[in-house]
Amino acid sequence: MVKLIINGKEIEAKEGTFILEAARENGIDIPTLCYDKELTNFGGCRLCVVEVEGSNKLITSCSSLVKEGMVVHTETPKVVKIRKDILDLLYSNHPKDCLTCEKSGECGLQDLCYRYGIKDGSYKGEVKKYAIDSINPVMERDQSKCILCGKCVRVCAEIQVTNTIDFTDRGFNSKVTTEFDNPIDRHNCRMCGQCITACPTGALINKQLKGIRPWEVKKVRTTCPFCGTGCNFDLNVKNGKVVGVTPNPDSPVNGKSLCVKGRYHSDFINSEDRLIKPLIKKNGEFVEASWEEALTLVADKLKHTRDTYGGDAITGLSSARCVNEDNFVFQKMMRVAFGTNNVDHCART
Amino acid sequence: MLTLDKLQQIKKEHRPVLEARLREAGNVDIHEDGSIVLNGDYYKKQVRIALKNCGIINPGSIEDYISVDGYSAFANLLFNKSRADIIEDMTASNLRGRGGAGFPTGRKWAEAFKYDDDQKYMICNADEGDPGAFMDRSILENDPHCVLEGMAIGGYAVGATQGFIYVRAEYPIAVKRLKIAIEQAKELGILGKNILGTGFDFDIELRLGSGAFVCGEGTALIESIEGKRGMPRTKIHRTAHKGLWQKPTIINNVETYANVPVIFQRGVDWFRSIGTEKSPGTKVFALVGKVEKAGLVEVPMGMPLREIVYDIGGGVQNGKAFKAVQTGGPSGGCIPAELIDTPVDFESLAKIGSIMGSGGMVVMDENTCMVDIARFFLDFTVEESCGKCVPCREGTKRMLELLDKVVEGNGEEGDIERMVSLADTITSASLCGLGQTASNPVTTTIHYFRNEYEAHIKDHKCPAGSCAALLEYFITDKCIGCGKCAKACPVSCISGKLKERHVIDQEQCIKCGACMEACPPKVSAVIKR
Repeated sequence: MVKLIINGKEIEAKEGTFILEAARENGIDIPTLCYDKELTNFGGCRLCVVEVEGSNKLITSCSSLVKEGMVVHTETPKVVKIRKDILDLLYSNHPKDCLTCEKSGECGLQDLCYRYGIKDGSYKGEVKKYAIDSINPVMERDQSKCILCGKCVRVCAEIQVTNTIDFTDRGFNSKVTTEFDNPIDRHNCRMCGQCITACPTGALINKQLKGIRPWEVKKVRTTCPFCGTGCNFDLNVKNGKVVGVTPNPDSPVNGKSLCVKGRYHSDFINSEDRLIKPLIKKNGEFVEASWEEALTLVADKLKHTRDTYGGDAITGLSSARCVNEDNFVFQKMMRVAFGTNNVDHCART
Repeated sequence: MLTLDKLQQIKKEHRPVLEARLREAGNVDIHEDGSIVLNGDYYKKQVRIALKNCGIINPGSIEDYISVDGYSAFANLLFNKSRADIIEDMTASNLRGRGGAGFPTGRKWAEAFKYDDDQKYMICNADEGDPGAFMDRSILENDPHCVLEGMAIGGYAVGATQGFIYVRAEYPIAVKRLKIAIEQAKELGILGKNILGTGFDFDIELRLGSGAFVCGEGTALIESIEGKRGMPRTKIHRTAHKGLWQKPTIINNVETYANVPVIFQRGVDWFRSIGTEKSPGTKVFALVGKVEKAGLVEVPMGMPLREIVYDIGGGVQNGKAFKAVQTGGPSGGCIPAELIDTPVDFESLAKIGSIMGSGGMVVMDENTCMVDIARFFLDFTVEESCGKCVPCREGTKRMLELLDKVVEGNGEEGDIERMVSLADTITSASLCGLGQTASNPVTTTIHYFRNEYEAHIKDHKCPAGSCAALLEYFITDKCIGCGKCAKACPVSCISGKLKERHVIDQEQCIKCGACMEACPPKVSAVIKR
């Protein structure tokens, strides 16, 4: 363990910890827009600069390791001036449409501009302007709102290992885009939406959640029913209806990661095509039935088959979308009630 | 296999051939101690270490290089010195990085030496990109073997077996000659496996840059070699600890490597006797701009600027007044006439707000507008910023917009203060050296030539008569009414009767200067004001 002082507070941190992490663990919030502990260090936004006694240079707390006896100040006038300037520079090159932006309310840039009192971008010069990319069904990309923090690039390369996007061009004209600057679509992207989670601004938006303000939804944590991995996420519920899914960073299995199904599947809940009552085929046509009627029919047929042809005439296929306990009971039923070992599971490999 | 004897043999056989050829050419003096120097006034005040073979040997001939004691230092060290001793000598020589920052080479090597790793790398930074700088190019094109030898010595010292030369593709001759040199060295056994039978392996490969200035920055260069986009890394560890593919890596500049063999040939004491205590040795400068004799000069550190500009460079062109000299390229600063006696070494230049840089030295005369010069260099940085960090990507662009405003005559009260404040943010918060030094041309010109900025903003005048938007062409009463100017004017805004004084309609004038050129020299009625 290393002892150091941040803002007058003595703290202990593990060796090899970055100052920013050590500060966070002790309730001291150092702002950043490009740091994510799950991704490689980037050091691009420069908002996490701090002053360290004995050094006349500002250092970035996201990429400097704690050292024994270090004395760190995170909100000195010099540091605050630099942060204000950086936010001013970012906001000067950003659309001023926060009133209608989907990200409003959970935007990293907005939060920090609020924290440091940036009302307007003071530099009235060239502003980047790109067409909105919206040809794919699940996400919308507005590069004019991109602050080039590189989180999407890193999450795509390092977590998803897809490398769909990267930086192109240089300097003021640099942008994050796909190869040959093509629109994002199934051809070049697996649509997992990891980049949407990573994006601190409104540059990448989940289309399902368009028109839903972040503060209107109640977040209900649950386990994804799609496969046996057991990912957790938050169902976003507005007026008693599930409107979409957002990852929950505390999920033990998946953290912030979600797959394309997990992230976007929730629309089946309110789908008109969804089966909500059992159907029984009568005279060649499906007819709605009660659960009791349906289950009785199934039980009768199974019993009849077992008694007439023996248990091995029946096979049971269970589903990865059921919980462990259901699957256990299912195989038990097959073996004990029907007397067969013909039982399998869709996720068996 | 190559042996020491064979190396000696080559030298003995080839030296007379080289000397005969040089005597015939007649442009060199061959001294009794064996040194060969170029003759002529331009070289009298120069001390050539890095450039010592440039213009003397045939760069395509390894025999030529061996004839001037080439590879003797490397061979000698392989047999007679331990790695630790070589690094100690390097540290004692206090050779400082010639790429610009001046980091002591010995300390860098010592750092990489102390890490025990299965693979270490030597990199030569030959991505010279400062506008108007061609020091490294000259060394690579005229004496490629000295760079290879420097790298091999470094590789042996720190325990690296692989070297990379990252050279810009815009230097095709340098690339070609390096390729030939590497091939020759491999063929002879200077590079490759089991060099001179000592068991030491060292190989060098070329990597070509794709025209990004920022790839001259060490970590961006490493990213580029690794096949990634050339953007600087945030430094958690030094590159000497975790560099190329996270292995201990030494990156030195071409000129630094060129100094290494000579230091070991002639000794640390000899090297330290040249230059100053804190900056020993020499530095190569590309002396350009409004100077009589432009060219590459190599002078001992600590030589006053005046001697370089006047005694070697022959002073300012056309007898005009000296105004400033810009050192360090787009990262450097402008040094005004009153500081012309400043000695040129790392400390002295840093003290007055400029930097040594890689060696660009641009002389400016009275007609150079300092605001415009700052704008020129900043324009370059804006183009070359990689776009990774906010202060450099957004900040330099805004700075350029402010400067554009000033040179176009639209500057406002408070713009200077704004630029100073923005410069502070860019300098203190940028990720790499490119951003951290990008504001230097602006801050030094504001510091030393603030009155010029004020003249642009308050009086809407460019004192140097250079900013087109702020000057007007005017026909004085010397006009004889010949009408040549009116004929030459592309927008027909000059009127007047024949043999009477003509007048320029300032509203219409596009300030092309055609009238001034057309006016007969003996009349010279058209002036800029």
